[in-house]
Amino acid sequence: MASYVPHTPADRAIMLEKIGVEKISDLFDVPKGCEADLRLEKGKSPLEVERLIAALGAKNKVFDTVFLGAGAYNHYIPPVVRELASREEFVTAYTPYQAEMSQGILQSIFEYQTAICNLTGMDASNASHYDGATATADGILMCMGNKSKAVVSDGLNPEYKRVIETYLVPHGIEVVYAPLRNGVTDEDALKELIDSEVGAVCIAQPNYFGLIEDAGKIGKIAHDGGAKFVMACYPVALGILRTPGECDADVATGEGQSLGLPLAFGGPYLGLLACKENMMRKLTGRIVGETVDHDGRTAYVLTLQAREQHIRREKSTSSICSNEALCALTSAIYLSATGKEGIKEVALQCASKAHYMAEEISRIKGFGLKYKGEFFNEFVTESDVDTSKIVDKLQKHGILAGLPLNGRDMLWCVTEMNTKAEIDNAVRILREEL
Amino acid sequence: MLIFDKSVEGRRAVTLPECDVKEYSFDKKYLRETPAVLPEVAEVDLVRHYIGLSRKCVGVDNVFYPLGSCTMKYNPKLNEVIARNPAFTNLHPLQPESTVQGALEVMYETQKILAEITGMDEISLEPAAGAHGEYTSLQIIRKYHLSRGDGKRNKIIVPDSAHGTNPASAAMCGFEIINVKSDKRGNVDIKALKESVGDDTAALMLTNPNTLGLLDEHILKITSVVHKAGGLVYYDGANLNAVMGVIRPGDLGFDVVHLNLHKTFSTPHGGGGPGSGAIGCKKKLVQFMPDPAVVRVRNRYRFAERENSIGKVKAFYGNFLVVLRAYAYLLTLGKEGIREASENAVLNANYLRVLLEPYFKTAYSRTCMHEFVLSLEKFHDETGVSAMDVAKALIDKGIHPPTMYFPLIVHEALMFEPTETESRETLEACRDVMREIYEEAKSNPDAVKACPASTPISRPDEVLAARKPKVRKQ
Repeated sequence: MASYVPHTPADRAIMLEKIGVEKISDLFDVPKGCEADLRLEKGKSPLEVERLIAALGAKNKVFDTVFLGAGAYNHYIPPVVRELASREEFVTAYTPYQAEMSQGILQSIFEYQTAICNLTGMDASNASHYDGATATADGILMCMGNKSKAVVSDGLNPEYKRVIETYLVPHGIEVVYAPLRNGVTDEDALKELIDSEVGAVCIAQPNYFGLIEDAGKIGKIAHDGGAKFVMACYPVALGILRTPGECDADVATGEGQSLGLPLAFGGPYLGLLACKENMMRKLTGRIVGETVDHDGRTAYVLTLQAREQHIRREKSTSSICSNEALCALTSAIYLSATGKEGIKEVALQCASKAHYMAEEISRIKGFGLKYKGEFFNEFVTESDVDTSKIVDKLQKHGILAGLPLNGRDMLWCVTEMNTKAEIDNAVRILREEL
Repeated sequence: MLIFDKSVEGRRAVTLPECDVKEYSFDKKYLRETPAVLPEVAEVDLVRHYIGLSRKCVGVDNVFYPLGSCTMKYNPKLNEVIARNPAFTNLHPLQPESTVQGALEVMYETQKILAEITGMDEISLEPAAGAHGEYTSLQIIRKYHLSRGDGKRNKIIVPDSAHGTNPASAAMCGFEIINVKSDKRGNVDIKALKESVGDDTAALMLTNPNTLGLLDEHILKITSVVHKAGGLVYYDGANLNAVMGVIRPGDLGFDVVHLNLHKTFSTPHGGGGPGSGAIGCKKKLVQFMPDPAVVRVRNRYRFAERENSIGKVKAFYGNFLVVLRAYAYLLTLGKEGIREASENAVLNANYLRVLLEPYFKTAYSRTCMHEFVLSLEKFHDETGVSAMDVAKALIDKGIHPPTMYFPLIVHEALMFEPTETESRETLEACRDVMREIYEEAKSNPDAVKACPASTPISRPDEVLAARKPKVRKQ
């Protein structure tokens, strides 16, 4: 067993004497009959733990080639991002309550907020949310006022839909799904669904099937009906696609994992939550603001805390305390490393390679694209070949296939990580071996 | 200077391989009109910028960090190394289950150990942080009552010493909050509790030991009063570091508990996350826990949907890499080490309490658990030096301040939580520093009020920040 307690028996004796008790158990007043006796194994040495967990790691299969997305994306993480984000001063600090000794973290969050605003075209961003799904649920709640219905496009990721339902139900808010036509939100059906009780309309951009929604038009439909407009975005796509700001969204949300965070079996990820200026005081979670110190120097602090749980208790906008600060820092470094031209290039490579693969697959006899609309870097194919067979076959070649949506349809994702050779190889297997 | 201010048109820190397919050309109607304004810097300048920022903050690796209620214990390096293993970091959450057996086993085994430590029947690792765990648990409580056709239980009872997250999480789940006061010894006032419970009580949320660092002396009575009224009892595990291996919430009558793996189980706080707010439930609540469950069937691990789940509170399965670190910690400590950690956390808190008592008064004169609260009310009256001033003076002396002005029921509060990983010398050095501040407050209070002087900035104008919010570079 390893121990992180530094005391020697002599230390303990000195301390107990000073406190005025004989033994440590005298410090505890355990109710009779409630003394614990844990049925656990005894502790192991660090070397044993490292070996044991490495052996568990070896039971996982890490794929050389990944064509799976659906909410978690395999992007290039420059080494400089990982190195800088693992600085101990960042990693082992608490929430920056003491601004004077936390200017580094506070400034990095201010830079993060700026980068997210610039990427989304919004005016204000929080310091991070748990993940894209929870950020989207809170983004909708921010818009609701006293209204009782939220209209959510059926084109949202199913994980997001389930989280939104969980978050909205206790508030007595009904979630109404707007149906799709040709894979994108059906604008006529959406108009029909909007009445004076609808507080928010929410779409994903690109949507779950990779298709680009006509967000500007949907935003107008929402606003004409007196509802606010929420866009859940794939931030890498915003390197080139029209921004929520340009589409007149009130709130932009998204999953920030694609900005420098590893796939990590689903977490920790990063919830993006940004909004127009007039909604800033409704944002959930931490926000960093710029101010001056007593000597007039620029300083950064946690601000607008009158929204928060430690001040407002049951009247706060949320209960968020710990958020995903280190993930936000990582993304800020990623966006600075990639930069203005780099983020465009990442987005464009993703789209170019995805369009190449989509075209190659659709040329295989028996395979076709399910939707005709424009897409970013994900697309759905349909074929008579059972999708589970495709998964198994590609797996044998070390390739992680797209996500089977059912027996016929498969959702593929291509990023800058996929080479032409990888794509050609996967296409060849689909053509020749299935 | 912001990284944006160091930007020079055309500089790049990262280069991608040349695109090996034909560049796709989107119709203009899909494209943003102007590129996103992001920094353009060379790699070396990027590195110097962030190293510069890292030097303007401090973690537990830098200084003693006795931040009450936050359990800033040392974060073992072993766990960081383990969490960097590509066999875990490169797993896609939607890979076929047969290809993630190791990751599922980590989750399953962690659940088992945490269930044993808490005395609960099942654990869910889905919540991302402590408050998220509270929120998830309250959704479970809500669904439990509704499933029994008991629709009028809409009130959550919260002691006045509770963390602000408790009432905030309850309100997010649509509950009304009833506050109960504490008695003179810092316990829940039993008489007030009895008057508060009724057929509209959904649950009591209790932190134990409470935020005063005290183990409630009537704990069994409290759980029984609430149960008799038909309510459930919720254990806020923020302070579990005091009692691991000593008592188990499940044995005291608690029905549901949340844990902070980033406090009690040594995973780093990251400047405010990511954390992990695992929850545990007794059998009758298991069917309502979030989806998915991780189960073992004939030595294979898989995800399973629950019968009456509240649904999902997060995409995928929680903050897996945080759970992985906690698992490494739990394996390292084992049965004896877990108890040893709590025992020494309590020993350290009491030692520091006794060392400081000649100078500063504790709010409640009792043996404490893993933390204790000083009240500087009288000291402030006498010297004009506030709890905030003392906190800022500590910064200049190389100690991260304790939690200030919490719990709200103690005036001029400073809450110290030294944790078990600090040595006797560190605690004694803290005593010496506190004595110096005490003496300076008596002889030259203005000097204390001018602290800190050693930091990159002096005290910031928070009022200005809130009145004219500037939350991005324009």
